Amino acid sequence: MSGGREQAMIRIDNLSKTFTLHNQGSTVIPVMANAAFSVAPGECVALTGESGAGKSTLMRMIYGNYLAAGGSIRIGDTDIVTATPREILRLRRHTLGYVSQFLRVVPRVPTLDVVAEPLLATGTPAGAARAAAEALLARLNIPERLWSLSPTTFSGGEQQRVNIARGFAYAYPALLLDEPTASLDAQNRETVLRLIEEAKARGAAIVGIFHDEAARSRLCDREVDVTAFRPDRAA
Amino acid sequence: MKDLSVQDRPLLQVAGLTKYYGSRIGCEGVGFDLWPGEVMGIVGESGSGKTTLLNCLAGHLAPDEGRVLFDLDGVPTDTVTMSEPARRKLGRTDWAFVHQHAADGLRMNVSAGGNVGERLMAVGARHYGNIRESAQDWITRVEIPADRIDDRPTAFSGGMRQRLQIARNLVTGPRLVFMDEPTGGLDVSVQARLLDLLRGLVREMGLSAIIVTHDLAVVRLLADRLMVMKDGHVVETGLTDQVLDDPQHAYTQLLVSSVLQV
Amino acid sequence: MTRAETGPEASMSDYNFAYLDEQTKRMIRRAILKGLAIPGYQVPFASREMPMPYGWGTGGVQVSAATLTPNDTFKVIDQGADDTTNAVSIRKFFEKTAGVAVTERTAEATIIQTRHRIPEEDLTEDQILVYQVPIPEPLRFLEPSEVETRKMHALEEYGLMHVKLYEDIARHGEIATAYAYPVKVEGRYVMDPSPIPKFDNPKMEMAAIQLFGAGREQRIYALPPYTQVVSLDFEDYPFERMRAQEDCGLCGADDSYLDEVIMDDAGGRMFVCSDTDYCRARREAGHRGAMAAEGEAFA
Repeated sequence: MSGGREQAMIRIDNLSKTFTLHNQGSTVIPVMANAAFSVAPGECVALTGESGAGKSTLMRMIYGNYLAAGGSIRIGDTDIVTATPREILRLRRHTLGYVSQFLRVVPRVPTLDVVAEPLLATGTPAGAARAAAEALLARLNIPERLWSLSPTTFSGGEQQRVNIARGFAYAYPALLLDEPTASLDAQNRETVLRLIEEAKARGAAIVGIFHDEAARSRLCDREVDVTAFRPDRAA
Repeated sequence: MKDLSVQDRPLLQVAGLTKYYGSRIGCEGVGFDLWPGEVMGIVGESGSGKTTLLNCLAGHLAPDEGRVLFDLDGVPTDTVTMSEPARRKLGRTDWAFVHQHAADGLRMNVSAGGNVGERLMAVGARHYGNIRESAQDWITRVEIPADRIDDRPTAFSGGMRQRLQIARNLVTGPRLVFMDEPTGGLDVSVQARLLDLLRGLVREMGLSAIIVTHDLAVVRLLADRLMVMKDGHVVETGLTDQVLDDPQHAYTQLLVSSVLQV
Repeated sequence: MTRAETGPEASMSDYNFAYLDEQTKRMIRRAILKGLAIPGYQVPFASREMPMPYGWGTGGVQVSAATLTPNDTFKVIDQGADDTTNAVSIRKFFEKTAGVAVTERTAEATIIQTRHRIPEEDLTEDQILVYQVPIPEPLRFLEPSEVETRKMHALEEYGLMHVKLYEDIARHGEIATAYAYPVKVEGRYVMDPSPIPKFDNPKMEMAAIQLFGAGREQRIYALPPYTQVVSLDFEDYPFERMRAQEDCGLCGADDSYLDEVIMDDAGGRMFVCSDTDYCRARREAGHRGAMAAEGEAFA
């Protein structure tokens, strides 16, 4: 365990999750029990475990995308498990960022606007937001001629870099990263790792899933093995 | 882009809203709060009660029970018991209603500019030049070519008519927009364009919206929150992405799993 | 027998005074009183079958019939003229059924029934002007539903009226409505002044009582003396009276509403006062227009 839990930006206690498939014979599938860990500002914690162990599930629960069956997920002072939708929406806008594996965008919006959106949503003036977005896209080697196009026609790697740009445009105090370096070449991978290091340096609490072991060991202060939270193994 | 999350008052507070058709339930016991800048989706299949609910909320139908409190000049005012003149005025100023069939929400024998300008004239605008300019502005905002301002909607395609309906509704800067299947009956590519436009306008203007649809793709794109209705009741409610990605109720699970993926 | 010799007794044997029975007249008078109490508001009334088809002034005739007393002097004009078919028919109708005195002189009449014009001469507090109205509802062409237009009047929702004017300007570059130009009465009701040319609109602020009857549509409305009547317009497209830029060929008047008369099949034309009595009075007073010499034959 690291630095006082009272100062943790992200704190998970006694978290459990069950899927009930009503239309398939009401099958109940418990997938998590007694999950607990915390992340302090400036820390990066990696979720590890084999495929299907529940890493993405846990990350989605932290984001409020999946419901918890019990326990608490604290981001700052807000408990996602009991928060109202409105509070979660506000949290997602100002506090908690999420870079998933796939870029999901509205069909016709230009790349620049996609990346600038988190800044605009938090009150940054349009000019400054665009400038920041341009800088990020340049850094991630997205050519300028693509900035006015919708990213829906980009390659997988380009989409991933746009995704990352959007995730890092606004300085979220807490950040969830799901495979941020997947489908990136060496140069862009290095850029992304630097971005994450900069986020750490400014005090962001980061939870990440990295299949890339080298990235994991470079960035992460701790590892949390989610297999420990499997219900059949929970103590 | 407006950040309205700092508002401390809900825009709409609905409680116990119920409408019967004889012994049949139209909708029963519906309640929720809507905050400025939030978009609420209401999904369900035919007969779920979603259209009844929308019409009760928008004042088109009188509910049998329940309250719909709207924040009018800082005072939560029950629109169910409001006088008809006051409700009609609300419908022209703070509220807007986008119909599924544009012809229901437009004057088909009046030019596009006249359609958009009508609400302005209804609240007292008396300068032709200014009215035309505002109409022109809005027509281009909804991506209708500016030179069609004097054409009648009878000469417009379905998608253009729908965009005109939106312009006509938004010209007076309403705070709450009700939409009934806004993309229903339109070609898929036209739908995408319309949704995109709606999303942009909602964000830009800080609108709150209540959107009824049977199309889950529409709510995923437009709505922050979602209510799922079946047989007149709300069976599940929550953040849109949560309800669609981690549905709890049997019916919601059925609905989500039934959607064909392309 | 001359007109002057026919007294009320001679014609009353076959008809009740002014054709309508007394109960009907009371009903119409009640409607008129309501109309006067609420200027510009359309009062429904039970329009009777009259011995003339709809579209020939049955509304105006019923209002006149309810308003006439044996001591009245009655004038009828149609498009400003006393001698057109309709004016003559209606005048004869009341001569026969009411036996009242009739006249062509505006100043001598106590009740004037008119179709499509207001007399040029100012009317006095002792006079009543009765208009024939085809469609009383000014919003009808844009909103076909009667239920909806009644609501709009009740709730003072007149945005649609300006939409009509907007459409005119968009299509023609100006407000093209030349007659039946809508007005706002006492700042409250929007009213159709009947198909009078918009040139006549300003005259509607007058000393006489104005009554409007629509027989087919079964509506009566009214304007008491000195009622405020404002023609609708836009700030940047204000209301304008329209008049041919000519003087009357017979009397030389430059301020009256003119009719254009085609004189031959080479396109020759002259302009004459639409109000025949006004023109005659001016000529009697010595005024002459450019065509006066030739026009004597028309006088």
